[in-house]
Amino acid sequence: MAKKKWKKHSILPGFGLSLGFTTLYVSLLVLLPLAMIFVNTASMSWADFRATVTEPRVVASYQLSFGAAFAAACINVIFGVLIAWVLVRYSFPGKRVIDGLVDLPFALPTAVAGIALTTLYAETGWIGQFLSFKVAFTPIGITIALTFIGLPFVVRMVQPVLQNFDQEMEEASAILGANRFQTFIKVIVPEILPAALTGFALAFARALGEYGSVVFIAGNMPMKTEITPLLIMTKLEQYDYAGATAIAAVMLVISFFLLLFINGLQWWTNRKFAHS
Amino acid sequence: MSIQIKEVSKTFGSFQALSDINLDIQTGELVALLGPSGSGKTSLLRIIAGLEESDNGAILFGNEEITHIRATERKVGFVFQHYALFKHMTVFDNVAYGLKVRPKKERPSKKDITEKVRELLSLVKLDAFADRYPAQLSGGQRQRVALARALAVEPKVLLLDEPFGALDAKVRKELRRWLRRLHDDFHITSIFVTHDQEEALDVADRIVVMNEGKIEQIGSPEEVYEHPNSPFVYDFLGNVNVFHGRLENGQWRNGAGGENHGSLAYVRPHDILIERKKPADDAVQAKVVHVHVVGRTVHIELKQERTDQFLEAELTKERYRELNIKVGENVFVRPNQLKVFIPEDYSI
Repeated sequence: MAKKKWKKHSILPGFGLSLGFTTLYVSLLVLLPLAMIFVNTASMSWADFRATVTEPRVVASYQLSFGAAFAAACINVIFGVLIAWVLVRYSFPGKRVIDGLVDLPFALPTAVAGIALTTLYAETGWIGQFLSFKVAFTPIGITIALTFIGLPFVVRMVQPVLQNFDQEMEEASAILGANRFQTFIKVIVPEILPAALTGFALAFARALGEYGSVVFIAGNMPMKTEITPLLIMTKLEQYDYAGATAIAAVMLVISFFLLLFINGLQWWTNRKFAHS
Repeated sequence: MSIQIKEVSKTFGSFQALSDINLDIQTGELVALLGPSGSGKTSLLRIIAGLEESDNGAILFGNEEITHIRATERKVGFVFQHYALFKHMTVFDNVAYGLKVRPKKERPSKKDITEKVRELLSLVKLDAFADRYPAQLSGGQRQRVALARALAVEPKVLLLDEPFGALDAKVRKELRRWLRRLHDDFHITSIFVTHDQEEALDVADRIVVMNEGKIEQIGSPEEVYEHPNSPFVYDFLGNVNVFHGRLENGQWRNGAGGENHGSLAYVRPHDILIERKKPADDAVQAKVVHVHVVGRTVHIELKQERTDQFLEAELTKERYRELNIKVGENVFVRPNQLKVFIPEDYSI
């Protein structure tokens, strides 16, 4: 069999050098630290490991963390697409201000966001007092915090796609007799789906690891409102490094497979555009 | 279906895109809207399609007024310059789209849709490409898909917005012929927008020449080419030489001065005769500046000795060989046929 040629002819040289550097960089920055988690975990016996990660309190935190992160990412996809749509399609006074506000959750220290949200949603807070159900110190509050910090991802992923969207496609759809709903579902959604999925994956991943904003609004009641990152922190504070990394390792593996799945989904939706 | 356009005007901000357009199109006609960019031809087409709303005036399809009916319900076929195909759908799904989005009661069965799409794809000679995506097709193929998609809903009116503008010359010519044949077979009332005079002359039954939001002239290709009613139309439909001259006793004289001096004579390059010897009094001496051969015709650039004006002439290859003209030589030119416009009536 002929030797497979990886290198494509290019006018810019440096394939070997840049690939080598990339590998080194990613290894040092991502792969090595993550490997340390598994190395550290390996210092435990298998029985200890199983006992740590199947402890009811830990399992409950996994459920809460993944559940709230998933819910927050779903909310962000729906409203992120809506915000991106409004920002791209309409012009109105204050548009630039809103456009700028979208990025704020990135810039704000997450602890500040957590405190602000807690004050608002506490039972006596500005918003909390009007609600008949509790928000702060419940999973709902956690979801709100996670939605807040993940908002920019979907908006910023979908916005450029909508900007480049060929509006003649919409006109073609209308002239062929499609109503507005059909045009949106059959023509616009497929176009923005890959970008929305990327935004979803990013918002989801970000929400999984979020600590600062959640600890304030969560209330941190064991079995009820304790997120996995908090549990890891608790273990660390008790100098139980192996226990902390064990919980982290499980979380890492689950996250890896979830992101792999989302990537697969993306690849599947993207396949159709492969030649464009 | 016949189309009537009555007193249609449109402004975009302070720009008057269309002013008081009146146009009647007969059932089964193939009409070209011809004009330079910014002449309002595309705006007019989009208003007919319902993609744009006119400021005032009315549009009738047959006897039915459709001015305020939405594009969705006008049941026209529209072909965009840049195809506007649905990128994420196969060729088959693109063509089937108009049938699939119909309300349940009017929607044909799956089998009927498949049959209809196959039929249209064979009409545009793309049977083998049904499962491809638009990105995998060439420009000409994409435009044929767009045409099949527009025809799938069996429109009474077909509107084409510079349909061949984005294609290369050879494909453009092919599709032009093909559109003409298609029209001869189906007799759908069709309007197409173009800025290419050759395309309009070649394909259309009738040409509507537009300029600055107004209709300059309406007529058959021969009419507008042979008898343009204004300097603009003359200039727009092909190359032209302008002679400055004067009118004397109903006779046009070359050269400035005298009464009615300022009148202009328009002559097509192929109506300019070149002679070696001075044939008549009205012949003008000119120097050959440049000669270039394009296929069977020879374009010759000349400079009038007296006025320093440049002229363009077209000769057949035979005549060119006979005269044996070389760059730098002096020859005599004489217009075979000219059209005089007096500036009081027209301004360019």
